[in-house]
Amino acid sequence: MNAFFQFQFYFFSLYAIASALLFVTRRSPVPAALWLVNTMFALSGLYVMLDAPFVGVIQVLVYAGAIMVVFVFVVMLLNLGRADTTDVRKIGARTGAGLIGLALLANLLVVLRARIREVPLADTGDNVVTPVASALFADYLVAFELTSIVLLVAIVGAVVLSKKRVRA
Amino acid sequence: MIAEALFVSAVLFSIGVVGVLTRRNAIILFMCAELMLNAVNLSFVAFAKMHGVTGHVFVIMVMTIAAAEAAVGLAIIISVFRHFGTVDLAALRSLRG
Repeated sequence: MNAFFQFQFYFFSLYAIASALLFVTRRSPVPAALWLVNTMFALSGLYVMLDAPFVGVIQVLVYAGAIMVVFVFVVMLLNLGRADTTDVRKIGARTGAGLIGLALLANLLVVLRARIREVPLADTGDNVVTPVASALFADYLVAFELTSIVLLVAIVGAVVLSKKRVRA
Repeated sequence: MIAEALFVSAVLFSIGVVGVLTRRNAIILFMCAELMLNAVNLSFVAFAKMHGVTGHVFVIMVMTIAAAEAAVGLAIIISVFRHFGTVDLAALRSLRG
């Protein structure tokens, strides 16, 4: 692993963490959503560097391109773009939340101290979709088909929840 | 490099948890949940470098479930806004004794 690669990896990591911090501290929903999109772009860079270019592309297309657009669309629909009053909780709740976050982070880091061995994967060359597809459509076919039912239920549920009640 | 990616994943997840605990805007809460799902996705991809391509399949599943969750959750937020006129979770106190 050369130095430039390592530099880029740390750059994308810092970019993701800084964007996430800015996202959590923004008061208005629209800048928050844009910083979250920034985090997702940085994460897609990390995916590409972790030998998962297909997942990186899907991240940009689906997460940044579709899911976040729905969020911004709802912000526009409900006219929540202006944040006149803050929605951050009081100082007591903030300290408690910070302590809980630090405790969780410490827990996760202690778990991560276990030695991690890096196994070089078989080089797939330029063909990045075939391994994912063969796992998705052969080993996990039932789970893949079940997600279609989940999506159908979600669509029906969203329509039922958001339509106006019609008095019969 | 896997250890660094897992470290970033842990930091992002903690930021998401702190966001959920400190904010009251329902939409921002949902976005914090998305951030946590992204953190988990990053650790899936990092572990996929160790254990093979199964992790990528799980990431695609997580993204599908996240899309479904966003659709239903935002529909719920819209009906909450119709009912209460706000998405501030402090206004939802019907169940408070």
